Amino acid sequence: MPGADAARLAEILESRRADISATWLDAVIAELRGRTTRSEAEREQGEILDALLGGLRNGGLRLTEPAFDGLRSLLAELSATRARLGFTPRETAIGVLALKEGLYALAADDQGTALGELTALVRLVDDLGLFTFESFAAAREGIIAEQAEQLLELSTPVVKLWEGVVAVPLVGTLDSARTQVVMEKLLQTLVDTGSEHAIIDITGVPAVDTQVAQHLLKTVVAARLMGAECTISGIRPQIAQTIVALGIEFGDISTKATLADALVAALRANGAAKPAVA
Amino acid sequence: MDAVPILKLGSTLLVSIQIDLQDQTALQLQEDLAERITQTGARGVLIDISGLEIVDSFIGRMLSSIAGISRVLDATTVVVGMRPAVAITMVELGLSLDGVRTALDVEKGLRMLRPADTTSPEALLLGLDADRA
Amino acid sequence: MTAVEPDTAQRLPITTDGDVVRVRQAVRALAQGARLSLVDQTKLVTAASELARNTLIYGGGGEAVLSELADGRRTGVRVEFRDDGPGIPDLDQAMTDGWTSGSGLGLGLSGARRLVEQFAIDTAPGAGTRVTIASWSR
Repeated sequence: MPGADAARLAEILESRRADISATWLDAVIAELRGRTTRSEAEREQGEILDALLGGLRNGGLRLTEPAFDGLRSLLAELSATRARLGFTPRETAIGVLALKEGLYALAADDQGTALGELTALVRLVDDLGLFTFESFAAAREGIIAEQAEQLLELSTPVVKLWEGVVAVPLVGTLDSARTQVVMEKLLQTLVDTGSEHAIIDITGVPAVDTQVAQHLLKTVVAARLMGAECTISGIRPQIAQTIVALGIEFGDISTKATLADALVAALRANGAAKPAVA
Repeated sequence: MDAVPILKLGSTLLVSIQIDLQDQTALQLQEDLAERITQTGARGVLIDISGLEIVDSFIGRMLSSIAGISRVLDATTVVVGMRPAVAITMVELGLSLDGVRTALDVEKGLRMLRPADTTSPEALLLGLDADRA
Repeated sequence: MTAVEPDTAQRLPITTDGDVVRVRQAVRALAQGARLSLVDQTKLVTAASELARNTLIYGGGGEAVLSELADGRRTGVRVEFRDDGPGIPDLDQAMTDGWTSGSGLGLGLSGARRLVEQFAIDTAPGAGTRVTIASWSR
């Protein structure tokens, strides 16, 4: 009966808690020397053991069972914190796996811990270790994705060139994701600064593919829908050839050879639209 | 169903859509505007959509219709305040707002409708005939 | 469509104009909760608005079923539009009908498809229509 076994396992852990904790703590400190303080490690351990005992008393035997919901959230949180602090996967998992050292000590003594019971406990700790590692990996991936997004944000600066004129000098190879971020940022800047002219300068872009060209076109159309005009400047001969070869229709989209030309054109357009000052 | 209020600023009618527009409300607005333009002989219609989180095909058609109806009644329509996310979505959807002129905000929109008028929007508002539909 | 069990499902009736607005608002709320970017949220809500209107006008009324999605790394929103209406006779044609900003008689299905990450449609004359859309956080 699984219920009875879980209760028995809880009994074993509870009665030998002091010894198991001590062996566990020593193993962890040995590995994480300098990475964590003894009292910190002890506190964490206490939390894990409490949650583990709680789950066992609720009849749980494998970590995936609902009885261990509390323990899983605790481990997920600990792993996420470790990931953010830059702990290595080993440092993170060892905090949990070292519990086995405490359990192996049970086999060595003569207090009648059955092999079956020990195996069940060790199996459970393996579950904990695996789960901890998975949570750590997921947290790490999340952080990397966040950083990639921040990097994308930082590398697309939109500058105000003049009253009513903003520009985005794009540099380097453009991919779909980056171009989309540029598009959104540029349009938002038009609203924030009340500018009616935007210049996208692609002098620093070595190559443009269909997707990127489409994104640029969409940006121009979107700006127009909002009531602003968008000019693309710095189209080099090779890019012009690519655009034509790809059959992309630039239609009535304004293009200029240089950023300076585009600025002059924008200022002229601005001047023409200004009402007479009283 | 709350009707969208129409304000009169001199010879310009100003509409500010602040609510999530039901289809029926949009149709009602179209009707109300046509009537008001005729009643007041307004020369300009300014529609502020800065409060709209989306513009779908129905709203898009409404805006184009209003522009068309105004033109027939000898008035110009300008739509202002479109949010960037809305513009991007409309481009993706292929909605082109035919016949609709646009400006970034109310001030620029008013300038477009009344280029010879150097009165500030604030001054216009103070001398405002606040008849509501 | 991903074989992920939705965590929660919200069913909203679509029988009036006001219902279409409520569907928009509910989809917006879920999209925000799933941390979709503002542009992706706007696209999803716009697509939902189109499809809800289709359900009301062409489907004779129906319902929308909203669910939150999660695949371990990303979170998303799925919306299913169901009606027991006449169904769409020529699906291929409906899917390629372009928008016209004028009278716009098309169902706008191709447009809605461009706005979302996943799109599926199940329909037959006399058998009603079921359109499912989903978008995910990046």
